[in-house]
Amino acid sequence: MVNADNSIVVEGLVREFKKGPRAVDGIDLRVEPGEIYGFLGPNGAGKSTTVLMLTTLLPPTDGTAKVAGYDVVHEGPQVRSMIGAALQEAALDNLLTGRDHLRLQTMLQGLPRKERKARGEELLIRVGLTEAADRKVGGYSGGMKRRLDLALALVHRPRVLFLDEPTTGLDPQSRTALWDEVARLAREDGVTVFLTTQYLEEADVLADRVGIIDHGRIVAEGTPAALKAEIGRPSVHAIPERETDRARIASLLAQFGDPLGDGDLAVRLHGGYGLADVVRGVDAEGLALHDVELRAPSLDDVFLAKTGRTLEGAAEAEESAPQPAG
Amino acid sequence: MSATEVFAPRSSVDVLATQIAAVAGRSIRRTLRQPALAIPPLVFPVALMFVNAAGLEPSTLLPGFPTDSFLAFALAVPFVQGALFATMNAGTDLARDVQTGFLNRLSLTSMRGSSLLVGQLAGIVVLGLIQSVFYITVGLVVGVDFAAGIGGIAVLLVFSLVVSLGFGALGSFLALRTGTGEAVQGMFPLLFVFLFISSMNTPRDLIAVDWFRFAATVNPVSYLIECVRSLIIEGWDGRALALGFGIAVAIAVLSLSLASWALRERMTRT
Repeated sequence: MVNADNSIVVEGLVREFKKGPRAVDGIDLRVEPGEIYGFLGPNGAGKSTTVLMLTTLLPPTDGTAKVAGYDVVHEGPQVRSMIGAALQEAALDNLLTGRDHLRLQTMLQGLPRKERKARGEELLIRVGLTEAADRKVGGYSGGMKRRLDLALALVHRPRVLFLDEPTTGLDPQSRTALWDEVARLAREDGVTVFLTTQYLEEADVLADRVGIIDHGRIVAEGTPAALKAEIGRPSVHAIPERETDRARIASLLAQFGDPLGDGDLAVRLHGGYGLADVVRGVDAEGLALHDVELRAPSLDDVFLAKTGRTLEGAAEAEESAPQPAG
Repeated sequence: MSATEVFAPRSSVDVLATQIAAVAGRSIRRTLRQPALAIPPLVFPVALMFVNAAGLEPSTLLPGFPTDSFLAFALAVPFVQGALFATMNAGTDLARDVQTGFLNRLSLTSMRGSSLLVGQLAGIVVLGLIQSVFYITVGLVVGVDFAAGIGGIAVLLVFSLVVSLGFGALGSFLALRTGTGEAVQGMFPLLFVFLFISSMNTPRDLIAVDWFRFAATVNPVSYLIECVRSLIIEGWDGRALALGFGIAVAIAVLSLSLASWALRERMTRT
């Protein structure tokens, strides 16, 4: 039963829904023990469907996946004993208190009686909910619910942790607190973390490696730094002083780089050009800019380069069409 | 202790008992924290009983009516009506768990499906017993004489347990199949129809309208009511008890089978 392998290995994983598109369309990935893997993509890209399959809650249509060394299809109980999961929308019972939830979870996870209370208290302290422990969860803020959700996922000391958009809807302070705790779990306790997110910053700050998924396929994978380096060149973003100059400025910018689209006056600079070249060119044409900015490549640029659209634009497009679970 | 350490193994019986206790405790706690759900099953059936008794007391003058107290005759109805409320409560709670993803949370633990069902139903059965004790107390307070005595009351409590189990499992089945509390609540009026076309207000042999008498005769709810009624107003009636318990057990077995199947379908974990 005990297995030292905390990795996640996925090969050709597919999930088709009846009368729907392939929510997950043949993905391959490997997450090393103790690694934080950020699974980045817009709503409807296939992130949550992947998590449901890896957590044994949804059988794959095709392909294989091993979590902590166990096959998710044929060794479901073993997988579940090794993983913790905080799925999208903290599924809590508003009529129970935080302490009730931990009591329930420690009992259902089979912890010995004498260890239940201590483990519950330890986790309440860890997620900063000791004072609120005897309040009904219905009165908790979104951040408190997410922290309790994380505590519940950790009750049985899992080796692999799945977090499905854990900070969606949280205020910046709660988000940062959760990031710190997740990072600590990986660094100090060696827990492997599979984290889905639609926030670029979250993936950038937290993940050791990032997989970018779009329309059920992984379109890019690597460390955030390596992915950004792959894009390589910075971009220039301009705002014209006079709107009537927009077309002329766009034409001028195109001489220095490849337009980024999405209606912005922005180009990915060709090699050898810098911001000063752009500014001098604008001056030489007698044009005026309200603002001009040089931006280092971001994960959004990576997404744009790989899919032809920005993450935000993709999210809006996906939301306008009916989709299976994200 | 590091996060990768595991807890000491425990026997499977111990784990199963703990899991059932956990789910049952939650079920009871939830109900007690929702007075709007806990009180109606106590108050409504008793209120309806008093209203009916006030209007239908003259029925006791009919030749062949088995008692001279309509309250004693009608006291059997709350036991079945309360179980119907339990059906809705059990179903609505479970449907909410499906809708909110709480069932997924439970599915991710080492909990067995049988623990969820048994635990959920254990909570309903405990609440059913509380309801029954309340109805019996009301009956005693208003002067109903239990013909089968203390032993009859004990049998009545056991019968309530079986009926609550059966109807609770039916509610769980509906919740697991539909996944919505609205659908479960939508079935409630239908179940109530079974109550009203039974022998709840008139002994079957005194129902003058043919189709109604036929409907009441083929309606299993009639026999549940008559089983309770026999203990209250007649004493020990082997036939009524056998029919009542037989039907209650059949409903429980059928409902539990359906609920178990629906739970396996709903908990699609590998």
